Amino acid sequence: MKGNPIWEVFIRSKNGLEHRHVGSLHAADATMAMENARDVYTRREEGISIWVVESKFITASNPSENGELFEPAKDKAYRHPTFYNLPNELKHI
Amino acid sequence: MILGDNSLLLGHRLSELCGHGPSLETDIALTNISLDLFGQVRSYFQYAAKIKGGEASEDTIAFLRTDRDYRHTWLVERPNTDFAHVIVRQFFFDAFHLPLLEQLEKSKDETIAAIAAKSIKESRYHLRFSSTWCKRLGDGTAESHQRMQEAVNELYPFTHELFQITDTEKEMHEQGIGADIQKIKSIFDQTLASVLAAATLEIPTGPARKTDGKKGIHSEQLGYILAELQYMQRTYPQQTW
Repeated sequence: MKGNPIWEVFIRSKNGLEHRHVGSLHAADATMAMENARDVYTRREEGISIWVVESKFITASNPSENGELFEPAKDKAYRHPTFYNLPNELKHI
Repeated sequence: MILGDNSLLLGHRLSELCGHGPSLETDIALTNISLDLFGQVRSYFQYAAKIKGGEASEDTIAFLRTDRDYRHTWLVERPNTDFAHVIVRQFFFDAFHLPLLEQLEKSKDETIAAIAAKSIKESRYHLRFSSTWCKRLGDGTAESHQRMQEAVNELYPFTHELFQITDTEKEMHEQGIGADIQKIKSIFDQTLASVLAAATLEIPTGPARKTDGKKGIHSEQLGYILAELQYMQRTYPQQTW
């Protein structure tokens, strides 16, 4: 079908805190994209909340730049919150 | 039986589309609707089997009756001529089915009320789907509009049967088990008026089709449908997965 752009679908599960990317589909507009996402991606109770975003609005990082984007973080353990001892009162945050 | 058979035949027609829908998304949407309808059929037929007793089961009721024992309306037998026909048939059915279920939810018969309560959410979505597509296709391109109008012209005369009250239905209503079909008609007419107007489609005038599906007299379509529907059960009786 002409003029049916691709949309990316994100679903948050019943127990989840974030929407996860589950796939993509074609639709003419946001309403159709939402209904198609419900029909195609929630058949097996995958979730209780849907976000749809037209693919053209997603900017992805370029894998060939992975080196400069992500490797510098490898040897900087001091950035991780692992050296702090939580007081007992806060253990269940 | 009317309730179960309407959903059975319509579910079957939709299942014929599996793999043949105009797009992946609509294919899955239509077959989902088919599965929803079959879920309702199972509930109705399990209840009917219980009432009938003996060797009856949901499967014997679904697959082993002869054509005159089916009680669905002619509308749900109509073939999948093109996507416009599929959508219009679905829309006409949903516009009738949802108000019907809303009434049955208050039925004095607890089983029927429970089936209706569950089915209402499904039906609400079906109506949303079919009426949205009606508007998209009706108020669409010249070709989609023309196909929609042809589908409406052809299928509208079959909707009158939905509101022909049989003696059984009258009795059910008087006992508080069945629905008030007159009330459903006015909601149906309103739904049609508003959706078809938004879809820039006209409701045809002209005579209704005199059809007696609820009494077991069906169109030539049913023969072919039953041949497919019943083949497996009749060839390998009592087969299971």
